[in-house]
Order: sequence, then C-alpha cells, then structure tokens
Amino acid sequence: MPLRDELDRRFREFLDAESLIADPESQRPFECDGLPLHRELPLLVALPDTIDQVRRILQICDELRVPVVPRGAGTGLCAGATPLRDGVLLGLAKFTRILEIDPLARIARVQPGVTNLAISEAAAEYGLYYAPDPSSQIACTIGGNVAENSGGVHCLKYGLTTHNVLGVELLTVSGESMSIGGAALDCPGLDLMALLTGSEGLLGVVMEVTVKLLPVPETVRVLVAGFPTVDQAGDCVSRIIAAGIIPAGLEMMDRLAIRAAEDYVHAGYPVDAEAMLLCEVDGTADEVDATAERVEQLMRAMGADSIAVSRDEAHRLLLWQGRKSAFPAVGRLAPDYYCMDGTIPRHRVSEVLREIARLADEAGLQVANVFHAGDGNLHPLILYDSSHPDQVAAAEHLGAQILELSVAVGGCITGEHGVGLEKLAQMPAQFSAAELRQFERIKEAFDPGLALNPGKGIPLLKHCQEYRSLERGPSDG
Amino acid sequence: MADLSRAIAERVKAARADRTPLFLTAGGSKRNCIGRRCDAGDFDLSAHRGVVDYQPDELVLTARSSTPLADIDAVLEDRGQHLSFEPPRFSPAATIGGTVACNLSGPARPWGGSVRDMVLGTRLVDGRGETLRFGGQVMKNVAGYDVSRFVAGSLGVLGVITEVSLKVLPRPEASETRVLELEAPAAIETMNRFAAQPGPLDAAAWLDGRLYLRASGDTHAVLSLVRAWGGESLPGAGAFWQALRDHALPFFDGDAPLWRLSVRSSAPIEGYPEPLLIDWCGAQRWLRSEHDREALQALTRAGGGHLSLFRGGDRDGEVKPVLSPPEQELHRRLKRAFDPDGILNPGRMYGWM
Ligand SMILES: Cc1cc2nc3c(=O)[nH]c(=O)nc-3n(C[C@H](O)[C@H](O)[C@H](O)COP(=O)(O)OP(=O)(O)OC[C@H]3O[C@@H](n4cnc5c(N)ncnc54)[C@H](O)[C@@H]3O)c2cc1C
Repeated sequence: MPLRDELDRRFREFLDAESLIADPESQRPFECDGLPLHRELPLLVALPDTIDQVRRILQICDELRVPVVPRGAGTGLCAGATPLRDGVLLGLAKFTRILEIDPLARIARVQPGVTNLAISEAAAEYGLYYAPDPSSQIACTIGGNVAENSGGVHCLKYGLTTHNVLGVELLTVSGESMSIGGAALDCPGLDLMALLTGSEGLLGVVMEVTVKLLPVPETVRVLVAGFPTVDQAGDCVSRIIAAGIIPAGLEMMDRLAIRAAEDYVHAGYPVDAEAMLLCEVDGTADEVDATAERVEQLMRAMGADSIAVSRDEAHRLLLWQGRKSAFPAVGRLAPDYYCMDGTIPRHRVSEVLREIARLADEAGLQVANVFHAGDGNLHPLILYDSSHPDQVAAAEHLGAQILELSVAVGGCITGEHGVGLEKLAQMPAQFSAAELRQFERIKEAFDPGLALNPGKGIPLLKHCQEYRSLERGPSDG
Repeated sequence: MADLSRAIAERVKAARADRTPLFLTAGGSKRNCIGRRCDAGDFDLSAHRGVVDYQPDELVLTARSSTPLADIDAVLEDRGQHLSFEPPRFSPAATIGGTVACNLSGPARPWGGSVRDMVLGTRLVDGRGETLRFGGQVMKNVAGYDVSRFVAGSLGVLGVITEVSLKVLPRPEASETRVLELEAPAAIETMNRFAAQPGPLDAAAWLDGRLYLRASGDTHAVLSLVRAWGGESLPGAGAFWQALRDHALPFFDGDAPLWRLSVRSSAPIEGYPEPLLIDWCGAQRWLRSEHDREALQALTRAGGGHLSLFRGGDRDGEVKPVLSPPEQELHRRLKRAFDPDGILNPGRMYGWM
C-alpha cells in the first residue's frame, strides 16, 4: 500500500475526516508559512485536538519512519513550518485552551495553539499580561513563539520568549511525554528549557506551556521623534541607553517605512524625516513624567526636529499601530516583500543601513527598514515582484548578502525569526563546522532518526560526504 | 590577565587521549556545594581571567571565565552599571565562570533575571578539546540551539566555559527596604500579592517572622511603593541583602545540610519544617538540618518544583533533583554529545550521568 494510504488508514482510526486533509487543493492553505518563497505539499495534513491523538500520530510516523513538521498558526518568517513532501504536517492550532491562570504566582498554563495575544487578554482581569509581543500576536501561537524564541517591541526591557517561559510539556519524536521545567523559576538538571526555546520544532512537540505573567504598568507613554538623518537617530538610541534609561520599547523606522506606515494607519508620523524613533517609557505616573522628559531632552539634543508624545491610551495605541503593522504597510508598496532579521551591535547601525542601501541599489531593489533599535535587531524589508523570476533571485541574493553583512559586523543572521529552510545556507557564515556538528549531535540526542522537522534550522552535516572526512576522535558520531 | 584558552583546549585533548578525567576549578568557592563530590584531579583554570571587552552603551560585557566577580563589579561600577542577577559570592574568589556553570543568582532573580537569562554568548571547550562559540555579543540571536544559555547550570559536565558575554544593566537610582512582621504563610501571600502589582519591587525574602521587601529603581517610584507597603525601614539594608545573597546570614552557619526547594512562588508553606528561609518571592526556599529526603521531595512536588541538597550531607549520593527515566536517558545522551568519554567533571551533576 502506498505510504499516504497507509497513513491515512491508520490516522482515520482516531481522526475524523475533517481533521485529516489529503487532497492537494484542501492542503493549499498549509503549503507555506509567512515566507511564501518556500512552498510544498505534504503527504497528509493532520489536525488533532487531543494529546492522545498527537501521541498516536507521532508513534505511527515513528514506526513508518515518516518525518513530521509541527505547525502553529503558520505566521513564521523562515519557512520553518513549510511541509515536507514525504512527511506529515502536524497542525496544533486546535489546542486553544487556557488551562490555568494563577494570579498570585503570576503564571499561566496554556495549550500550544493559544495565540500570544489571547494570553494577555485572559490575564487582563487580574491586571497581568504576557510580555513578549510579536507584531503577529493576534495570530501567532505560543507553541510557535516557544519554537522560534520570538521577540517583540517590548523585549528590550522585558526579555524574549526564553526569559518568559518556565516550563513545557513535551511529546518526544516517539510520542513519549516529558515535563520540562514547570512552575518554578529554574529547571532541574540540565536547562532543557534553554535548548527547547528556539529549537524550531526539531526537538519535540510542545503540548503545553507555562508562561510568566507581569503586572500591567501603571502608566505608559510613547514618544515619537523624527530625525533629519539616520545617524542622528542611531546616536540618539545609544545616548538614551548611556543615560541609564532602559525604555520599555525603542524602535526605529527609515523614511520608506515611515511613509508606508503613515499611509496605512494615519498615525501622524513625521513623513519628511529620514528616520523616526518610537520610545516607550512605563512605570508610575511620576516616574513616567520624569523619564519621558529626559528622553525628550535627549531627542532634542540629538537633533530631532519633531517630537510627538502620546496624549492618552488611544493615541498611544495609534502611534504603535503604525509600527506594529509596518510589514503589511510596506507590503503594499510592492507585490511582495521579503523580511530579513539580522542582529548587529547597535553602534554599527548607520554603517549597516548605508551598506544595505548600496547593496539594494546594486540589486535594483528597494529596501525599507524597521529596526528593534534597542536590541540591535534589524528588519530590512526587500520589495520585489514574485511574478518576475529574476527579481525573486535578486531578492534572495540581496537577503543573503544582508545576513552575511550582519555576521561580518559582529552580529548574527537571525534575532527572532529563526533559521528554518530560509537561512540554512548562511549558518556556516556564523558557525564553524565543529559548532554545526554540535547542533547536529543535540538534534540526535532528542531525535536519533532525524524525523522531527528535518532539514530545517540546522544543516545536517553528517549526511554530507565532505563532512565525514572532518570527523575525528574515537567515540565520535 | 592571561588568555589560556589554547592551553585549556590542549589539556582537555590530552586528558581525553589518556582517559584522565578532570575536575574544573577556578576560585574554588563552590567546590563543596551544589554538585556531588567529583573523583577527578583538579584542573585549575584560575589564571584564565580578565575582562576582554566592555561596551556600556551596548549593555554588553565579555570576560574570561575565571575573572573574579569583584573585578567585574569594579569595572561596571565605574560606568554606573551592574549585573542585574546579583551573583552570590561564597568567597571573594568567586568567578563569573563558576557563577554561570552553577547558574547562581541572588535575591533580585525573579525580577532581574538569572545569570542564565543574561548570558548572550559563551565560548567553551567541549570534552573533545574542541573550542566552540555559541551566541555572541548581541542582544538577540536565535540561530541554532541556544547552547550558550544551555550550559548555564551544567556544572562543568558539558564543557569548560572559557568566556562569557553578559547583558549588563544600569544600576538603580534608589533602593529602599521595608520589614513587615508576619508569619510565613501570611508572608508568602503578601509577597506574591505585592509582586502582582506594578512597581519596582525587586527582592522579597522571609526569615524568623520578618518579611523583607526591597524596591529599587526610579526614586519617585521607589518611595511611593514602600509607602504603600508600610512596615519599618531597615537600617543597614544593603548589608542584609548582601548577606542573604552570599549565604552569610547566621541561618547558613554550621554544618547541618542545606536543602534548596525551587517551587511555584505561591506554593503553600504549611508543613515546612524549621529552620526555614524564603527568598525569590517564595520561589526559592531553604531548609537546614538532617531531613528525610522523601518528605522534602513530597513538599517540593506539591509545590510544583524540585529539590536539591545544596551544601553538606552526603555528597557522594545524589544531590540534584530526581529525574524521570526518559529525562535521565536524555541527560546521558546530551552528556555524550558534548563529552563522549566523560572527561569533564564526571559525576559532578549526577552519579548515573
Ligand atoms: C506580520 C508578521 C509580523 C511578525 N512579527 C514578529 C515579531 O515582531 N517578532 C517575532 O519574533 N516574530 C514575528 N513574526 C514571525 C512569527 O509570527 C513568529 O515566528 C511566531 O512565533 C510564529 O508562530 P506560529 O504559531 O505562526 O508558528 P508557525 O509559523 O506555525 O511555526 C513556527 C515554527 O514553530 C514550530 N512549531 C509550531 N508549533 C509548535 C509546537 N507546538 N511544538 C513544536 N514546534 C512547533 C514549527 O515547526 C515551525 O518551525 C511575524 C510574522 C508576521 C507574518
């Protein structure tokens, strides 16, 4: 019996017809994630809604040696959730229950398909929220956030996913349950939470997540400043930090991104500025007054020629909305856009943006820049038209150059979006062969048969002939 | 201020070739606690020290692993910054490498993060003598597995940490401490309730009928928060928190075994034996004396956490939290992935590992 039919038959024993998608047309919505440059259709799409079903899917796939690709909401930007042609796509979006909110201990226990925003919404009645806030937070799932170690605009002060998750319930590749971390602040034994967070679905399927909740700050205010040059805005970021201020958020946008966002949400952004900073301060009312005043003075001293301060909550949200919808806003400027994610030492930002502009000119493409400036995490958005094959190639080439540039200035190829299929080729720019081999050994420790999301995240070197000659040592392998 | 990373790699290679295990040591301040006794010859790393790079505006400091915490403090203090996780010093010789290897953080940990949280990058020499670098000097890096944070708390069983890059933060402008007379159950409830409200609370501990609360940050915010708490101001508060951090309070004196319970911060305290010290807003609880391990295990299980024998007691037996069979198997595999011949700190974390 062909493999697809065999899987289909066995899955049907516990999944209803609606939870099992075999025909290519109905599989279309699952052919890619948020990076449509990579598309594929799997053998089957399975959409279970109980842990036991997931366990049985994993067991059957293990037995039949079929690879499994976990998927949350499919908003990932590195082709991490792209199906494998010879594999099963395991959708976890039906696991949407919030299992517990403990307002005293300030933690929530949730299923993997709960959206990022839903956690904060559920915690709001206790005056609490979940801090990491990717711009995709309405749609993306906490399972995906854990898998990517996602960030957001408030990570400068409140940390990334890895700083805000305490535990997960995991199903291993063979369907075995494992509790990692929990309600305590640290893991027993080795810190498996550190390994799992950001592991891109390669080490296990996350079936439950315990997250930290923080008290909602009493007062929050955002300042938006326009600068005549990118250099001045960049220097202003350093000056704010050097003054001992850690803002709740510190974001930068360049001219093209400012204009696109302004056209999209009409937030009153400074459309004539070359660069714009959004700086959010939070705390008690007195503290916010004092800090906002200091930030405003620094912005003026660094040459800001317009400064807007949020008047009230609605205005604050509007000022943020432009930034949070920057990707779709820029997306309106061209048929397609390609989002990069390098992180660089902050003091090199002007130099890096200039070099990106030069490379873009060379490639004949436009690039808009959105930047988690406080964290040094750049999002150059390359505009292109996918109906022109040479533009696709040019965009991919320019993307690769930008990643390599990030490494060359002392940074890394991805700050929050992950490697997936997309950045595999750039991994050797950041890591030595020995380091890559070490990633592979970690993968094998969890998944000896390389069946969970194989071919994403880390290059599988052991299987390349060239690499075997580099292997040495008596007990390696 | 020497860079001995080459020599360290050579030494590990040689040890692997002739199968002589190494016990990694630098300041020696944690030799007799945290892990099990390790049957291997000392490999003294203490000369591999020095701050390699410090960029206050980037909030990053990079140091060789045997750099004393005191040296790092001095460098940071000059620029008005600090290590937000308040690393404990069990002796003045305590080093940053040892702090990372033990994932040791002080009273501010629930708010300021752990040392593991602040790790941005690590260089290590694995059990093959291979020099590896993970993470880096930037704030965000999700390429590959997060090995730089994974080695925090690994007690040297995965590799010799030779260099770490850490996120550093501005020192708070002001700090105030208040003491409330409360019994333990009420203290647990109160500290967690305060922590669920906004404000610059950054330490909460309980000992001998007294709840100690500290606020640090913006002066206005600190003053308005401590006013809301009530209680008495604590003279010499800095010395109290430092003594708590360094295990220098009388509670830690003597040879009775010291147990660490890492639990849900609000877990009930009823049934806990005395003497008891509560830190980390209830999430880290310390007990002294010859308790029955099983009984304490039941308490930690009920609290959703784990138990370790931190200092004293039988250090040839298991001291770290009990793991399930599948977790044990995974730990063994990960150990082999980094140190195939078991050269580095054999048995330091678990006898079976
Ligand atoms: C408009 C837009 C804005 C964005 N903004 C941000 C941002 O600000 N910050 C940021 O960090 N990211 C951002 N992203 C990227 C993306 O939203 C995040 O990476 C998000 O965490 C992905 O979640 P998801 O549920 O969509 O995961 P998916 O895309 O479905 O999957 C992502 C990865 O996680 C794995 N996975 C999913 N669920 C599980 C599970 N339960 N167990 C194991 N593995 C699993 C998949 O195999 C895949 O490798 C943005 C994306 C878009 C489209």
